[in-house]
Amino acid sequence: MDQKTIVDLAYIAASVLFIYGIKMLGSANTAQRGNLISSIGMLIAVVATLFRGGMDYTWIIAGIVIGAGIGAFAAKKVQMTGMPELVALFNGFGGLSSLLVGWAEVAKNPEFTPPEGVSGYSPTFTAFAVVFAILIGGITFTGSMIAYLKLSGKMGGSATVFPGQKIINALVFAALLVFGAIFVFTHAGWALYTVIGLSLLLGVLGVIPIGGGDMPVVISFLNSFSGIAASAAGFVILNNVLIVAGCLVGASGLILTIIMCKAMNRTLGNVLFGGFGASSGGQDVEGEMKAMTPEDAYYVLEAAQNVVFVPGYGMAVAQAQHAVKELGDILEANGCEIRHAIHPVAGRMPGHMNVLLAEADVAYEQLCEMDEVNDMIEMADVAIVIGANDVVNPAAIEDESSSIYGMPIINVHKAKSVFVLKRGQGKGFSGLVNTLFFRENCRMIYGDAKDTITNLVTQFKD
Amino acid sequence: MEQLILLIFVLVIAAFLGFELIQKVPSQLHTPLMSGSNAISGITIVGALIATGVTDSGLGKWLGLAALILATINVVGGYMVTNRMLGMFRKKD
Repeated sequence: MDQKTIVDLAYIAASVLFIYGIKMLGSANTAQRGNLISSIGMLIAVVATLFRGGMDYTWIIAGIVIGAGIGAFAAKKVQMTGMPELVALFNGFGGLSSLLVGWAEVAKNPEFTPPEGVSGYSPTFTAFAVVFAILIGGITFTGSMIAYLKLSGKMGGSATVFPGQKIINALVFAALLVFGAIFVFTHAGWALYTVIGLSLLLGVLGVIPIGGGDMPVVISFLNSFSGIAASAAGFVILNNVLIVAGCLVGASGLILTIIMCKAMNRTLGNVLFGGFGASSGGQDVEGEMKAMTPEDAYYVLEAAQNVVFVPGYGMAVAQAQHAVKELGDILEANGCEIRHAIHPVAGRMPGHMNVLLAEADVAYEQLCEMDEVNDMIEMADVAIVIGANDVVNPAAIEDESSSIYGMPIINVHKAKSVFVLKRGQGKGFSGLVNTLFFRENCRMIYGDAKDTITNLVTQFKD
Repeated sequence: MEQLILLIFVLVIAAFLGFELIQKVPSQLHTPLMSGSNAISGITIVGALIATGVTDSGLGKWLGLAALILATINVVGGYMVTNRMLGMFRKKD
């Protein structure tokens, strides 16, 4: 066997490990092993590539040492509350890397002369793959950076919408296609640079009109894109492991995106182009919100047999997860059954609340999915809503004129009583009035969620 | 054209496989699945290695190095952070 065959066989082995790894990531008992297996696949792919021979190792070692150092540092240091930003950041880097791989191929071989030992090399197809890798990689990079800025609060989380936005985006995209076509057929360098610039611009323009509450969809969509970019880079350098691994990520990211859209009863098109969350409005509701003090809440909780916590983005903002865990433990010791009801799009990335509560050491069995909780919500003496809003708004099932009508929610309004922990009387991400707050069985406990819960914990201890 | 067709074949099969593999994921695992698959998308590191290692052109080499650093951050950081997250998800005794 020659060297090339061995390298190719190693790539096949790596692909198999990625497939296994990603499958195992889908189930709780095997997930950690799955991640390990996929990382071994990556190691094999990297080592096999280094054995191709004729490599300049000084540059490679420099690159790997720098990259691994930064990556390991970030992974070790990050707070779990900072996880959405970090995922966005890593994702963006992957996209930019695919863009650069495409560009480097052109720098290396600007005339698109067929490499040795490749049958049926087509300069036009390779140029097309370069444009595609740059387009998707560029959008992934700047799109993820904007998502990072929004998630970390360095940029306002609301949707940025201006008149003519869609027309401008469409024009940028059309220009991309034109310059991309020019490059594919003429291989002109200036056309390539224009494509790079426009792709980066399109990523920015594409994500700024999407509001913070839609970030779970955007992140999973960009995750899918980073895979597609890697796949496209695979076509540039004619490498099967890039194509397989990239495609797997593209598909899994797309599935996650669809799950997120379904959880909001919206289409992907509506999330990406709808400018949701920029408008306010909705009907006003009759009645008034009834406030409650933590002292009164304590007496109710003390007698409660069954309590459901419903966390939302507000819990992440207040960093209240540890206090929530403590209150849960005290309630349990008091003979009360507790659950955490987690809506699929609560928070700013898929599974955000689960990560925070797991970090606070909440038992895995207490983290319940929406359907599971809705089946038994009538039994709950108290549902404690912590910084969640739209995902518990009964207007989604009752008010056909509401913009969130049809979105599955956690039916806390069916619990015997509901406590809503909230900083003020503000509206949720959708800009809608939450009709839950005006219900007979609902009480508002105003103030910082963490302070309120800590207050309750102290009362139990006294 | 043969090799190209073969690669497109691989692409299509991988896409179907990807969709089949991850139909049902409990929502608890959404974040680790995302960050774990994100690490896999760092496979572009292979392209970056080739671009950095096997190139005579100065620009190509610098682009390759930049790609390599970014892809390595993606791979190493992605796997480590996923592992850390999944460690927290283990069942408590």
